Amino acid sequence: MKRFLAAAVAAASLSLAAPALAQTPPNVLVVGQIAEPKSLDPHAVTAVNDFRILVNLYDGLTRYKDGTLEPEPSLAESWEISEDGTVYTFTLREDVTFHDGTPFNAEAVKFNFDRMLDEDHPYHDTGPFPLAFFFSAVEEVNVIDEFTVEFRLGEPYAPFLSNLAYPTGLIVSPAAVMEHGEDFGRNPSGTGAYSFVEWEPNTQVTVQRNPDWWDGAPDLEGIVYRPINDANTRIAEMLSGGIDVMVEVPPDSLAQFRDTDDFNVYEQAGPHVWFLILNMKEGPFTDQAVRQAANYAIDKTAIVENILQGTAEVAAGPIPPAFAWAYNEDLEPYPHDPERARELLEEAGYDGETVTFYVTEGGSGMLDPVAMGTAIQADLEAVGMDVEIETYEWNTFLGRVNPGLEGKADMAEMAWMTNDPDTLPFLALRTEAWPEEGGFNSGYYSNEEVDRLLEEARRATDQSERAELYKQVQEIVQEDAPWVFVANWKQNAVTKDEVEDFKLQPSFLLMLQDVAKPQ
Amino acid sequence: MIAYIAKRLLAAIPVLFGLTVIVFAIMALIPGDPAQAILGNFATPENVEKLNRDLGLDKPLVQQYFIWLGNLFQGDLGRSYMQNRPVLDIVLERFNATLILAGTALVLCSVLGLIAGVISAVRQYGWADKAITFVVLIGISIPSFWLGLLLILVFAVNLRWFPASGMYSIFGGGDLPDLLHHLFLPALTLAVVATGVIARLTRTAMLEVLRQDFIRTARAKGVTERSVIYKHAFKAALVTVIPVIGIQAGFVLGGAVYIETVFQWPGIGSMLVTAISTRDLLLVQGGVLVVAAAYVLFNLAADVVQTILDPRLR
Repeated sequence: MKRFLAAAVAAASLSLAAPALAQTPPNVLVVGQIAEPKSLDPHAVTAVNDFRILVNLYDGLTRYKDGTLEPEPSLAESWEISEDGTVYTFTLREDVTFHDGTPFNAEAVKFNFDRMLDEDHPYHDTGPFPLAFFFSAVEEVNVIDEFTVEFRLGEPYAPFLSNLAYPTGLIVSPAAVMEHGEDFGRNPSGTGAYSFVEWEPNTQVTVQRNPDWWDGAPDLEGIVYRPINDANTRIAEMLSGGIDVMVEVPPDSLAQFRDTDDFNVYEQAGPHVWFLILNMKEGPFTDQAVRQAANYAIDKTAIVENILQGTAEVAAGPIPPAFAWAYNEDLEPYPHDPERARELLEEAGYDGETVTFYVTEGGSGMLDPVAMGTAIQADLEAVGMDVEIETYEWNTFLGRVNPGLEGKADMAEMAWMTNDPDTLPFLALRTEAWPEEGGFNSGYYSNEEVDRLLEEARRATDQSERAELYKQVQEIVQEDAPWVFVANWKQNAVTKDEVEDFKLQPSFLLMLQDVAKPQ
Repeated sequence: MIAYIAKRLLAAIPVLFGLTVIVFAIMALIPGDPAQAILGNFATPENVEKLNRDLGLDKPLVQQYFIWLGNLFQGDLGRSYMQNRPVLDIVLERFNATLILAGTALVLCSVLGLIAGVISAVRQYGWADKAITFVVLIGISIPSFWLGLLLILVFAVNLRWFPASGMYSIFGGGDLPDLLHHLFLPALTLAVVATGVIARLTRTAMLEVLRQDFIRTARAKGVTERSVIYKHAFKAALVTVIPVIGIQAGFVLGGAVYIETVFQWPGIGSMLVTAISTRDLLLVQGGVLVVAAAYVLFNLAADVVQTILDPRLR
């Protein structure tokens, strides 16, 4: 009996160990994603996680130039903008076909935008399209000839070209939408460097090389995207060889990968700002000196280095440095100067009034909000401010902060990731963006000069002119200090050493067109 | 017997019905809605309102519930807001994976627990009993998600004997040995606590039975010790243990929620975690309904087996 048991155990362990542990084959890249994609219809999704697949399946009329956030030609070869900035005429590439074999042309472009924007379009019900408002300035899309298409805007809107490069502007195959209807998101067809092969729910999305890609076929034969929700499991898969690329590595684990030759660690600052909204309608922060004092009192370097372990940089103003062309290089972050903060508080006659501070437990782009909130509380208390934290779950938190802080709090954490320097200031710093007007200016900041500059920047179609205006905005806003500017997050990724030509982009989009993995 | 089963099944209907009301109410009461979860930073009141209209969430809650209930009777569980797919398809796809995992864990914990319990009882206070009790108590006390991570670290990352996550290999595989290879660690993790509970209970039940008169009578008649233990005592003890296995089945189904998350097992547990955090109401509703129905069926099966074993209960 005993001998039989021993034999059985040996046989069982052999049969269990028999399938050799799956190493990933050459020329196929396995990417560990943080979740299952919602859909592969670029117009229907909002998550960065889904964008990582989409930007490799589809092309837009424009795209971000390698290593920057500046739009460059993609499916559109060139464009002209009318004097008043309301008519954009695009000349399209003539050598492009969708993965399903149908031709890419002006009609296809029109179909894409009409589907998203026109509620009476026969395929509008294949949505919903939550980010369609990125193109709400578009009044009509007109086909001029087969390869010329014209966009008429209701008002000048300079971020338009940049929004076209955002995943919501990627171009889908009209024929595939007509064929699959609301299941198009599971049967995607675009013009990108990779074409869709299969989506095995909860297990993988597989794409393969598009040998006819207009910008030169990629080296990889294919990419497999695996959803692995738990960060620890994702790390375990990376360490055991089950995936080639891992994104959003927790700060604690980055060092572990850095210390070995088998992995490469990549970091790239992106268009992200982590800040504190200050309530300028009531309470101590109505006084500019107190707002500046908060900026001086908080030790941003300590937060970035100790809590975030170097995965972010100290922020100087409302526009992150990733927008290199619009970033004001002369701006220095508020230094950590508790002495100066105390002076300012005294000057302002701050009487030790309690400050209510909204902290979230987690949320998109919020990094480590509880630890950061606690550190901020300690720094402010060190200069004599009495801070009381209230913590909320993310959706609840947004529900309280977005309608405005009046009557609720003096200060709230917030973070934004955007694709154009216009977006955040326009939506969160203008007088017309106060919550009751439908914007995100939850702290009620109002400066006529900033309002004027931002409006003007929208109307300007020349990039250097826009840049100049944004630089002025940054200067004024930094001085007015409606927010405490805390951190700009750096996106990170780890790859196996065999992965070549991998690069992270400031757009946070995972472009894999040039990646190779010969072994 | 058939009348008994039918009666029990009928009694389950109000339970399931009440459950759907509770889930619906809880999902409505917790702050945040799907539109807000989808839009994130871009959730302006205007955008939220438009998206809610597109998703059919602008109707009163009670009306939404009855629309859902009406569709349920036609076998339609609605569409997931997040995945834009029929809930029924997603739930069935996922439930399969959970059944494989939970079923294996249940078989594992029943077999191991019964064996360990019987040995413990027969060798009461011997070294085997002490060793088993020691191991079993550790098993009951360890948090399973932590045990899962530990097993991944040792057997997947360091020894590389088993894959760290997933149900099938991405390349090749897809057959039964591949499945077993992936199944081993999560099923073991899931079974550990239940094994302990069953082992402890079997030990107590066996000890009690072994002291009863009919065992003494059997021994006095000269029945062999092996026969006394397995034919007489074990069968009697099983009557006490079976309902507990039924309850453990529910426990294993519940435990699958976090074990599936740790091992990225594509089952209904990891689906529910995601669905709750994204406020995907109909998906949560469908998932909970299926899990609850399975729980009811497992318990019913346990009761039926018990009735067969113990004629007094009929």
